[in-house]
Amino acid sequence: MRHWRHRLLPVAVGLASLALLAAVVELMVRSSLINPFIMPTPSSVFGSFGRLIGEEHGLARLGATAAEVLAASVLITVVGVPVALLLHWRVRLRAAFESWVAALAAAPLVLAYPLFLVLFGRSQLTIVVMAFAAGVAPVILKTVEGFAGVRPVLVDVGRSLRLTPSQLFWKILLPAAIPSIFVGLRLGLIFALLTVTGVEFLINIGGLGHLINELAERYDMPGTYAAITFVVLVSVIFFAILESGERWLARSAR
Amino acid sequence: MAGKVGAMKKKTWLRAEVGASRAIACLVLLALWQAIALSGLFFQDVVPSIDRVLFAFWSVLADPLFYRNLGVTFGEMLVSLAVGCSTGLAAGLALGGSPFLSRAYEHFLHYLGSAPKIIFFPLMILWFGVGPGSKVGMGVISCFFPVAISVAAGMRAVNPVWIRVGRSFRASPLQMVTKVYLPAMRTPILNGFRLGVGVAIIGVLLAETKLSNQGLGFMVMQSYSRFDMPRMYALLIIVIAMAVAFNTLAMRLAGSKP
Repeated sequence: MRHWRHRLLPVAVGLASLALLAAVVELMVRSSLINPFIMPTPSSVFGSFGRLIGEEHGLARLGATAAEVLAASVLITVVGVPVALLLHWRVRLRAAFESWVAALAAAPLVLAYPLFLVLFGRSQLTIVVMAFAAGVAPVILKTVEGFAGVRPVLVDVGRSLRLTPSQLFWKILLPAAIPSIFVGLRLGLIFALLTVTGVEFLINIGGLGHLINELAERYDMPGTYAAITFVVLVSVIFFAILESGERWLARSAR
Repeated sequence: MAGKVGAMKKKTWLRAEVGASRAIACLVLLALWQAIALSGLFFQDVVPSIDRVLFAFWSVLADPLFYRNLGVTFGEMLVSLAVGCSTGLAAGLALGGSPFLSRAYEHFLHYLGSAPKIIFFPLMILWFGVGPGSKVGMGVISCFFPVAISVAAGMRAVNPVWIRVGRSFRASPLQMVTKVYLPAMRTPILNGFRLGVGVAIIGVLLAETKLSNQGLGFMVMQSYSRFDMPRMYALLIIVIAMAVAFNTLAMRLAGSKP
């Protein structure tokens, strides 16, 4: 009973109010209280999902977006982690350039998309490069933090066992820094996904973002609303997967 | 004593090295840029030489049109910050104050808040038109979510003792908000505003680049479509510097102690 009142009832109320909102909007659009050219009926939006998957090749577009995110993620990892290692090993480099990386992380790079367009052409390469640029800085920062936070006693144990530098890295530094590296990767991948869909929409090429732009330009209102909802769902699922992966990793590292 | 002097010497030495490596990195980057510009590796003008960008920079700053567009963007930003921060604050207070409302609605905020905002731009155009309204709308939905989420979390973290003291003085709900909650939540509220400012600027400017006929984003796209690259580089430098400056200012304000 307590469980019902504290956990399930609020969730039920939340979902019910969403349904109620949809019903009210439906009625208002049907009775033309809301301009049907601005707001399609929720039922027609809901009915468009099948069309998005079928006619508009929603799954193929999801695949295109996923491939871009994947390419950017691979780039982010293979560049970010070694750069972080370099900063960790060379104290002077870290002192000089860590704040530059932090500035890069905070800079609104997405605003420079016309520049990336000119440099890399109107292709998926531009999207991948931009997603890489948006996601690499948090990975570097968090990885450096992770290496720096490895307990000195662990390193001493490795030294007293006469591990070679590469053994020291693979057996001790990297495993100890993994949780922090994964925090950085989660942030980096989130930025990558946001940048990919955003830039797809802005430059009208690629997967899901492109789909939204296309439907909007065709003035297919139910389709536009449905596609936006679809992208929101995809990003929610993506974040949930990353979060549970990180929690699983943190648990197994303990 | 000798050790202390040695450590100090080492510190100054490190600082000098840091300064030197930064200066060298700057010079190398600039030289690389100039070399690429002059090499002809890219199509002509894709990477304009530094002197031409500098010249474009001055001509942009001397152009009265620039200040008109700056004013438009600035106005859109102010309105969207005012609306986004106040609605976000209200929503955050409502959610943070009631565990029931928070469990019922807060996950929707997290879902919408984590999606890329620019994809909502077609809806903003439909609802608020192609003029400044849709840009303000973009700024508002960018700003609303971080403010609301941060305020709600901050309200839940308020020391319960202070709340009980307020209640035992029979403070009215309004008094509770103005005398207990708001002063106790100064840091999370300002932090939320800071995040909101950062994303609102991006929202407004991106919307301007997508569809508009005024504002800084429009100026960038105009020079892009005319292939006036030096001007586009100069405008992008100005726009990004402006966004960074606003962010830093907001961070200073949020971090400052009373």
